Amino acid sequence: MGAVGQSVPRKETWEKVTGRTKYIDDNPRPGLLHAQIAVSPHAHAKILSIDTSDAWKIPGVRAVITGQYYPILTGSPLADRPPIAIDKVRYYGEPIALVVAEQEYMAEMAALQIKAEYELLPVVHSPSEAYQKDAPLIHEHLAEYKRHEEVYPEAGTNIANRTKIRKGNRQEGWNKSVHAIEVHVTVPQSDHAAMEMRCSIAEILPGGKTIIHSASQSPYVIRRAISQSFQIPLHNVVVHTPLVGGSFGGKSAIQIEYLAYLASRAVGGKAVKLVNSRELDMISSPVHIGLDATIKLGCTHEGTIAAAEILYLYDGGAYADRGAVMSRAGAVDCTGPYRIDNVYCDSLCMYTNHPYSTSFRGFGHPELTFAMERAMDLLADQVNMDPLEFRFHNAIGPGDTTPTQTLLDRSNIGDLPMCIAKLKTVIHWDDRPILEIDGHLIKVKGVCCFWKTSNTPTDAGAGAVVIFNPDGSVNLLCGAVEIGQGTRTALTQILAERLRMDDRMIAISTEVNTETDPQHWKTVASRSTFLVGNAILKAADDAIEQLKNIASIVLECSPIELDVGGGRVFFKNRSDSGIEVAKIANGYKFPSGNTIGGQVIGRGSYAMRNLTLLDPETGKGNPGPEWTVGAQAVEVELNTRDYTYKIVMAATVIDAGKVINPEFARSQITGAMSMGLSFASREAFLFDNKGVILNSQLRTYKLIRYGEQPEYRVDFIETPHLEAPYGLRGIGEHGLIGMPAALANSLSTAVGVGLNQLPLTPESIWRTVHDSV
Amino acid sequence: MPSYDTALYPMEFHVNGERRTIRVRAADTLLYILRDNLGLTGSKSGCDNGDCGTCTILVNGLPQKSCLMLGVEAFGQHITTIEGLVNSPVQEAFVQKQAFQCGYCTPGFIMNCHGLLNVHPDANEETIRVWLESNICRCMSYEEIHKAVKAVFTGSRKS
Repeated sequence: MGAVGQSVPRKETWEKVTGRTKYIDDNPRPGLLHAQIAVSPHAHAKILSIDTSDAWKIPGVRAVITGQYYPILTGSPLADRPPIAIDKVRYYGEPIALVVAEQEYMAEMAALQIKAEYELLPVVHSPSEAYQKDAPLIHEHLAEYKRHEEVYPEAGTNIANRTKIRKGNRQEGWNKSVHAIEVHVTVPQSDHAAMEMRCSIAEILPGGKTIIHSASQSPYVIRRAISQSFQIPLHNVVVHTPLVGGSFGGKSAIQIEYLAYLASRAVGGKAVKLVNSRELDMISSPVHIGLDATIKLGCTHEGTIAAAEILYLYDGGAYADRGAVMSRAGAVDCTGPYRIDNVYCDSLCMYTNHPYSTSFRGFGHPELTFAMERAMDLLADQVNMDPLEFRFHNAIGPGDTTPTQTLLDRSNIGDLPMCIAKLKTVIHWDDRPILEIDGHLIKVKGVCCFWKTSNTPTDAGAGAVVIFNPDGSVNLLCGAVEIGQGTRTALTQILAERLRMDDRMIAISTEVNTETDPQHWKTVASRSTFLVGNAILKAADDAIEQLKNIASIVLECSPIELDVGGGRVFFKNRSDSGIEVAKIANGYKFPSGNTIGGQVIGRGSYAMRNLTLLDPETGKGNPGPEWTVGAQAVEVELNTRDYTYKIVMAATVIDAGKVINPEFARSQITGAMSMGLSFASREAFLFDNKGVILNSQLRTYKLIRYGEQPEYRVDFIETPHLEAPYGLRGIGEHGLIGMPAALANSLSTAVGVGLNQLPLTPESIWRTVHDSV
Repeated sequence: MPSYDTALYPMEFHVNGERRTIRVRAADTLLYILRDNLGLTGSKSGCDNGDCGTCTILVNGLPQKSCLMLGVEAFGQHITTIEGLVNSPVQEAFVQKQAFQCGYCTPGFIMNCHGLLNVHPDANEETIRVWLESNICRCMSYEEIHKAVKAVFTGSRKS
């Protein structure tokens, strides 16, 4: 009883500590063929010719194909990407050919034998460069690309998407402003670096049925993409997704699934596996988006922000993919969680000759928050206000409108002032600003706020089926993917709460199978517990009604007199009188043998409500069901001689609406904070002047390691979102969003110079400090 | 660089207490052999370059990244994989502290930690840090793993 709010352990706990968990690549299968890709050594070039003859000479090779084998364009919202390059390559690491062989090492040897001739083209190195009028064009046929969703590419430029926000009156805002600042920031592209590399297995059966196994956040989108690209009816594409070894947005894109399908097709439909090496996972598959931003912010004497003028140039890389949608998300929440009447923002997804970008935890928000929160600190400083006080003063809330002019109320936005107030206590803010510890060591705190709504398609939805077993236990079927976040366990808690039964009596598989599990849009945007959870509540209510109906016949009463809980159906006014669920879960058998009812199977589905597309000229519209808000802080200990530093404390106060599983919730927040601190402090792809990535290994691309973790302080506020199960809000991404900003704000205060470029390595801090004098 | 040699050689070693005789390519890594020849898929591939620690196993009781060792080097050695751990206090501690999310790095962390327990049952914080920094967890903040490891080493000191 009371499963919601309890720290129940993950359903798959013991499998995970005994090595018995089966991830996608853990099922050796005799006869399985292996694919490997050959990739471009150039960032931008015309393909003159590809010679595959030497590859064919390797023993065990069964097929070698190039982009001409099946020339299609894929990608959503904009179909701009051939799965294997055709005519030209647009990034270092782009697939140019694919080999299928008997063994993995044979495929690998053959791929190395593929030779291509290129004519080099000028390389576009950054979104700012791509934005220049005379920049080399990366997509010459931009106007002809098919559009699957709301997207506004500008032909003849490198702009894959532009979203405009026009709220209030720009001039009026500036007229009211006494103080003004301008800030430029740069966030480079980096990698998701999930520990499990992307992997897909495809098989085409003689009748046309296509089976894809994939480590993915989007099994139902894979099904749709394969169906659309290769003209197979949806029901004939079956996608299996087992437990996923981390993803962070990176496994929501559809990339190697196309390649695995083509590989299988090239060998007559036999099962073929394609697994990325770490190096290819980093450079060939899609990456974490970058951003160049310019923000102008003005406020009154009293410190009330009156004007925001914003240009976000997201580094979408060579293909638009979800970068186009992320740039829209960046526009939707462009100001951060502040009440600003006059907002003028252009948020663009730029093509560059970098690897292409896809969803990354925070979906465009960590990057814009870094820009906006640097601006907030600068403006607070100019008005001479305490940075937290300044944020509190401008915090958005019920009665205010967002940049998309959505009216906020107590349900669709969390309580930011409360988060800020609590953060102040949690981090002992009054001890600021700078504490000298010992000689050259100083301790400094930096703060920031964040918000995020989900930017899903307006019809995103999910289904759920609740099946009762003869002993009264329950199987839950749904399409949410377990990527480590604990969603599938949390969903059984939601079901247990509604059915008022022991959550240990509810089973859920580890795998999602599109053939048997009801559809779920995708496991992204911190929306699975919301969408699937709502579907589960409906399915539970449906099952409860069925149980009451059967019981009412046995108990000779009306169903409305009955209640369900504790494994029984009982009279509301006489709870000791009733019948066990186990006796009616598969129908009730009277002593005569006559049976009524049948297996109790509850079904439910839910889709987003009242979301609208944005007006292309003003951005007006309703982008998401609610905004999660929070306040964060980082404390660093900096050596003022060499700019090395230690992150000693990091804190988050977040309005979670309702915490379903406290242990999971804290772990989601701290895990996301760690990822944010890692990319803010050290992660970035290093490109040479030809656009070649120099650090494509975990030896040279550094991640935060054991022992470097600061002290984490996490606290929750619970302001219910009335549309969500038990009032919950999304929290899967949010711990990450403000970490780069809070780190930069603490270090900027420490060195007395604005640090507006990630990652914040001691060397980059030294350079900034020395450039400024 | 992959090798062109397709010849197979017989080899014999002890895995999780059992004597195994198999045929391997000279170029196969121990990780590959454990997973593909013996079906012991608890050891994971995360980089095949010794950078991430997901493939950590024990060789004669000491942690070793199995992607950095050729299969033939294991000839005659005693190998323990995560499947061979029985009632390790490390596993129990990881369960109690829920010290995993996606679980992909978990076998490597547990094997490394179990190896440390074999060698330094009284390891202090610094020794624990030096050993465990060879493994990467991307989901979590290391806070939970730290708690689990601390529970193991505090427990062993008491007993």
